[in-house]
Amino acid sequence: MKKSPPVPLITPDGKRCDGRAFDELRPIELEVGVLKNADGSAMIRQGKNIIVAAVYGPRELHPKHLALPDRAVLRCRYHMAPFSVYGERKSPAPTRREIELSKVIREALEPAIFLELFPRCAIDVYIEVLQADGGTRCASIVAASLALADAGIPLRDLVAAVAVGKVQGHIVLDINHLEDEYGEGDMPVAMMPTRGVITLFQADGVWTPDEIKYALELARKGIMKIYELQKEALRKKYEKVIEEVEVGV
Amino acid sequence: MPIYFKHRQLVLPGELLAEGNYVPSGAAYAEGNKIYASAVGLAELREKNIVHVISLSSVYTPRVGDVVVGKVIEIGLTGWYVDINAPYLAFLPVSEATTRFVDIAKENLANILNRGDVVVAKVLIADVTRENLVISIKEGGKLGRKREGTLIEIDPAKVPRVIGRKGTMINLIKSSLECDIIVGQNGWILIQGKSLEDELFVARLIKKIERESHVPGLTERIRKLIEEYLAQKKKE
Repeated sequence: MKKSPPVPLITPDGKRCDGRAFDELRPIELEVGVLKNADGSAMIRQGKNIIVAAVYGPRELHPKHLALPDRAVLRCRYHMAPFSVYGERKSPAPTRREIELSKVIREALEPAIFLELFPRCAIDVYIEVLQADGGTRCASIVAASLALADAGIPLRDLVAAVAVGKVQGHIVLDINHLEDEYGEGDMPVAMMPTRGVITLFQADGVWTPDEIKYALELARKGIMKIYELQKEALRKKYEKVIEEVEVGV
Repeated sequence: MPIYFKHRQLVLPGELLAEGNYVPSGAAYAEGNKIYASAVGLAELREKNIVHVISLSSVYTPRVGDVVVGKVIEIGLTGWYVDINAPYLAFLPVSEATTRFVDIAKENLANILNRGDVVVAKVLIADVTRENLVISIKEGGKLGRKREGTLIEIDPAKVPRVIGRKGTMINLIKSSLECDIIVGQNGWILIQGKSLEDELFVARLIKKIERESHVPGLTERIRKLIEEYLAQKKKE
C-alpha cells in the first residue's frame, strides 16, 4: 500500500493539489533558439519543469558501422541534471529509467522526421532536464520537436505530448509529480496533432476501457492546446526579427 | 482545389497548404492529394499548381553543379576530404584538383593542398546513397584554392537573399566596395576586399542580410549602410 500524500490530491471544492481544474494544463512557456552552439534548440517550462533540448545534424555518423544505407539514424539522450529533483541529488550517470525514456522519446519523434532524406547520417537530440516535476518525458518531446524544427530538419508535423493520470478515481490532465507518485495511474500520450497520429502511448495503473477512451480524448484536447503554443513559439522567433528591424536596431 | 495560405505567408511544419491537383516544391510534401509544409518557411504558388515553400532555416543538401566553399580537413591516398557544410564530407580526387599528371606514389599530396586550405569547388557527383560526394576545382574561373580573404558562414537557406534577384544585392556590395565575394551554395562565403576593415564590414552586411532576409526593403537599408560607411571612410 502506498503512503498517503503530504497534501490532499483533490480538495473538497473539486480542485487539484495545485489549484487546477481536472482538465487544466500547467502554465507552459516555450522558447525556440535558446542555444547558440546547437543547430536547433528549444526550452520548455511547464509548471515547475524546466527542460532544454538541443539538436545537432544531420551529420556524419561515427562509428560508421551504425549508419543505415537508406536513411538517417535518430539518436536521443534524455538526461536529468543532478540538481533536477527534490530531495537527494540524482546521480549524473544514466539510469535504467533515463535509457528507457531516451528510447521512448526517440520512437515518439521518429515518425515525424523525413529520415530517408539523409542516408548514412545521424541526427542527435540532447535533452537536459534542469528541473523535474512530473510529466518530463512529454515536456521533453514538446521541446525536442521544436528544436528539430528550429534546426531546419524536414518534418511531417510537430509532435506534441501530454500525460493524463488517474487521481482518486478522477481522470486529470497534465499530472504533476505529486499526482504521479500518489495517484493510481499515469498515461503519457504523444501525437502528430494535424494528422491525429499517436506516436507515444504508455500507461500504468488500472484503467477500464471507458476510462481509457475518456483519458485519450482529454489528452487529445491538451495536445491541441500545446500544439497551438508550439506554433506560436516558432512564429515568435521569426517575428522578433521583423520587430527589431522596424524599431531600427 | 482550395489553397490555405496567402502569398509569402509564414508556414510551419505539418501545416496544410493546399488540397487537390498541386505539386509540392522546396520545403513542402504531398500526402495523397494534400500538400503540407515540412519546415518553417514562406509559402507561395508558382505556375498555378506548384506549391513552393522557401525554407527559412535549412540543411544544405548538395546538388550537382553547385559552387561551394570548402575547407580541406583530411588527406587521403588519392585525394582530399573537404568539409563543405553538408551532412557528408566531400571527396576531391587528385584528377579533379589539377590538370597536370600527379604520380601519387612519389608526390606528397600535402604539397598541393594541405589541411585547413580553403577551396572554391563545384559539385560533380551528389548521389549520396551510392558514391562519395565528389567535387572538383579544376575548371578554372573562380574555382581553385584561395589563399586570402575572410570566410564567414550563413544559413544555406539565406544564400538566395544574399545574392538577390539576378544578383542585385551581391553586385551592389561588390561594386560599391570594390571587393570580390564568392557565395557558396552551402552558406560559406569568401570575401576578398582591399583591406581587412572592408572585409569585416562586408561580413557584417552579409550577417545583416541573413538576419533580416524576410523583411521587405532590405536592399535599400543595405545601400544606406554602404553609403554611410563610405562617407565615414572619406572623412578619415
